[in-house]
Amino acid sequence: MTTLSIVLVLALLLVVFGLLFRLQILTSIFSGSSNREVGVSNRVNAIMCMVFLIGGGAWFAWSFIENFDKMNPPIASVHGLATDKMFWVSMAILGVAFVLTQVLLFWYSYRYQHKENRRAFFFPHNNKIEVIWTLIPAIVMAALVFAGWKEWTRITGPAPKDAVVLEIMGKQFNWLVRYPGRDQKLGVVNYRLIDAVNEFGFDLSDQNGVDDFTAGEIHVPKGHPVLLRIRSRDVLHSVYMPNFRVQMYAVPGMPTKFWFTPTKTTDEMRAQTGNPNFNYELACNQICGRGHFAMKMSIIVDEPDDYVNWFAQQKSFSDQNPEVLASFKQKSEKLVNKVPATPAAAAVVTPAAAKASL
Amino acid sequence: MAANFPTQKQVQGGIGATEPGHDHAHHDEHHEQSFLQKYVFSTDHKVIAKQFLISGIFWAVIGGTLSSLFRLQLGWPEATLEWLTPFLGKWIEAGKLNPEFYLALVTMHGTIMVFFVLTAGLSGTFSNFLIPLQIGARDMASGFMNMLSYWFFFVSSVIMFASLFIETGPAAAGWTIYPPLSALPQAISGSGAGQTLWLVSMALFIVSQLLGGVNYITTVINLRTQGMSMSKLPLTIWAFFLTAILGLLAFPVLFSAALLLIFDRSFGTSFFLSDIYIAGQALPNTGGSPILFQHLFWFLGHPEVYIVIMPAMGMVSEILATNARKPIFGYRAMIGSLLGISLLSFIVWAHHMFVTGMNPFLGSVFMFLTLIIAVPSAVKVFNWLATLWRGNIRFTTAMLFSIGFVSLFIAGGLTGIVLGNAALDIQLHNTYFVVAHFHLVMGSSAFFGLWAGVYHWFPKMFGRMMDEKLGYIHFWLTFIGVYLVFLPMHYVGIAGFPRRYYAWTGFDTFSQFADLNKFISIAAIVAFIGQFIFIFNFFYSIWRGRRATENPWNSTTLEWTTPVVPGHGNWPGDIPAVHRWPYDYSKPGAEEDFIPQTVPYSQTQSSNLPYEKEME
Repeated sequence: MTTLSIVLVLALLLVVFGLLFRLQILTSIFSGSSNREVGVSNRVNAIMCMVFLIGGGAWFAWSFIENFDKMNPPIASVHGLATDKMFWVSMAILGVAFVLTQVLLFWYSYRYQHKENRRAFFFPHNNKIEVIWTLIPAIVMAALVFAGWKEWTRITGPAPKDAVVLEIMGKQFNWLVRYPGRDQKLGVVNYRLIDAVNEFGFDLSDQNGVDDFTAGEIHVPKGHPVLLRIRSRDVLHSVYMPNFRVQMYAVPGMPTKFWFTPTKTTDEMRAQTGNPNFNYELACNQICGRGHFAMKMSIIVDEPDDYVNWFAQQKSFSDQNPEVLASFKQKSEKLVNKVPATPAAAAVVTPAAAKASL
Repeated sequence: MAANFPTQKQVQGGIGATEPGHDHAHHDEHHEQSFLQKYVFSTDHKVIAKQFLISGIFWAVIGGTLSSLFRLQLGWPEATLEWLTPFLGKWIEAGKLNPEFYLALVTMHGTIMVFFVLTAGLSGTFSNFLIPLQIGARDMASGFMNMLSYWFFFVSSVIMFASLFIETGPAAAGWTIYPPLSALPQAISGSGAGQTLWLVSMALFIVSQLLGGVNYITTVINLRTQGMSMSKLPLTIWAFFLTAILGLLAFPVLFSAALLLIFDRSFGTSFFLSDIYIAGQALPNTGGSPILFQHLFWFLGHPEVYIVIMPAMGMVSEILATNARKPIFGYRAMIGSLLGISLLSFIVWAHHMFVTGMNPFLGSVFMFLTLIIAVPSAVKVFNWLATLWRGNIRFTTAMLFSIGFVSLFIAGGLTGIVLGNAALDIQLHNTYFVVAHFHLVMGSSAFFGLWAGVYHWFPKMFGRMMDEKLGYIHFWLTFIGVYLVFLPMHYVGIAGFPRRYYAWTGFDTFSQFADLNKFISIAAIVAFIGQFIFIFNFFYSIWRGRRATENPWNSTTLEWTTPVVPGHGNWPGDIPAVHRWPYDYSKPGAEEDFIPQTVPYSQTQSSNLPYEKEME
């Protein structure tokens, strides 16, 4: 019934619009305005240009101020402070250009609307001003590029030697995290060894991997550089941590990396935002399938001492899964028995796996 | 058919060979064509243009409908969409949109809008319609190839349209179809038959583009009428010409990417696949690189955005000059900036890939190159503003859309400077800031160019005028609508909201802005519904519009010297010769405020400039 009445109302509305449209055509024919080249509507449109400029400008200003606090995710990394500053400086410069050009566009449209007795000014070119307004954007651009380039090289430069290393691996549709353990070396992994238990594809015949541990959430120490080693085991993902201004794709077959220095612990951020449940979040930011929008992991920034404690409490993957370790022992024993020369065991490591451990 | 007309003569003669007086007149009256020849398998560039236009409108309605569907999901993530079951069938699961189908919607929306509407519908329509008319040619260099170009596009359209209805759903890996997602049906169901159809359709689409592009280039180079030197071409033609060159150089690279992807998908190669464990199984592929695909894709993908925007720029330049009754300011600078944009558009592609793991040094190089391209774009904007300055502006609907184009191009172009900065792109990459940016600068702007072109050249296409009042309503509704949709979208993007998310409700970081997303959705859907005003106006005016005169806008270019409805062959008599540039508006000393290109200097002694005196 409701559907029927909605359809009826819509149909009636259409009829009314149709009649109005016909009426409008007929009146314009009778009033003769359809023959005039430039009619009243020219003036109306000119005024609309000004209304749009002023009304639109006011709405833009209001909505921008209204939403400003909500649109700045709190920053918690060293480079994030720098890039955010650069972002808003760039936006301010561009904002000036935006306002200036839009004002001129609509002001000229209004100011130079058709007048019966006026003739447009024949002004085909002027080399001097053309050179000037080519140079001005070129110079501004050069300045912006230079600032951006300096920051970019700093951010993407090599991580400090003492950086905390951890590995993030994307898969449909969650993140897996691995820490190098006490030896500070991530062990070799091989995607062919992946199964339901060995989700990383640990190759435990590599001693470096024996003390590696996995974690359900990411812990990093405050004020200490953190180097993320990033992999994917199926499709593309993107490691995106909005609060740290960190983003890097996770690419199957091509390990990537990104380093940053967190500046605020989770507790400090909870105090700052007044939200006791605040958590830093890791999101996937490259379309990866059905669960793309739900690929989340929490990141905890600890005080360095707390981090060390947490690190010490973790049990290695091989401890937790002795059967996996045992299967590797078996395999390597078999290998040793078959081929007496031990170096052969090292050759089992596939090139791809070696790459991943870099 | 084309062979019946003196076009052949021009082809042989080359530049300027068509001397007035030597042509054999009255081609359009002699022969009867069957309906099929005239309207379906036509080789007349004007009919082909209309075919592209109407196909483009069809696709735009589909693309817009898809966007309304996913805006419903984004605006009201908690709502039940049970009422859509009659349309979407099994893609509504327990009142919820299937998340994979959501991805298919955004994928197909992007594909349709970028390729089928803004490439085929815009460039296909106006390159076809305007190139012969504005350079003074009877038709395209090859009418037959031109016809093939449309029909390849048609077949490609049919395949793409069919893919919307197959059981596993249409392609769903994003319009950029990055592998491995697009290569593995295990990863998402859309990467099954849907993706295959997508690739086949795009391959045919590329064939269509190449056939068209070769034709446009040849026609512009060889078939210009006497006196129409390159420096007397309207800016529209310059834009179409360079667009065609970009397409010719860029589309084959997309073809190669599509081909390699087809190999990976169907023949077990590993161009883009390596080290993959999916659906409980390790795949045998090693050594491929997904990043390679991105390089190939964006080598087309970036020129593609200029393929979309440059025809709009050309038409807007023409319409602004005509309706401001002023010469376009800096004609040569406008050509120069088009050339600059064309050249630079080939060496900026990797700015789409700053954070893909590409070597950061390459990122620096592409950042430099990207920000250089802002300079010619800025020059164009300043020149458009200078064209309005001290004009005598008539607000036709086309003029309003052109002004709207400039406004949107500025709004969207400026944020490109932020995104081109690699350091800032780390945070903004793949967020709604990017979505807002490109929807303004290439989406909405190109659409505005398309509308401006339709309103402006409608009288020449159909011999009737579109209704101006409805046009005004259409313009203001759309213009305000576009800003209401995409301006707040920047805020959402600055807050880091990722694109292609079915819902953000799972993240605390993205918990704000539910109201703003609702607002954007309402604005988008209302603006989309408003487009039916245009569609009504368009079809109504084809049959019932006010009759047009030969030159309703008092314009200077050649197409307005043809009859109200130009027949096959365009000019009933000789092809007119050209004597001057196309922008002699409001010349001091002239009687009228425009002097057509066909008027020799000897007839305008009172208005000739000093250097033109010699040419009298």
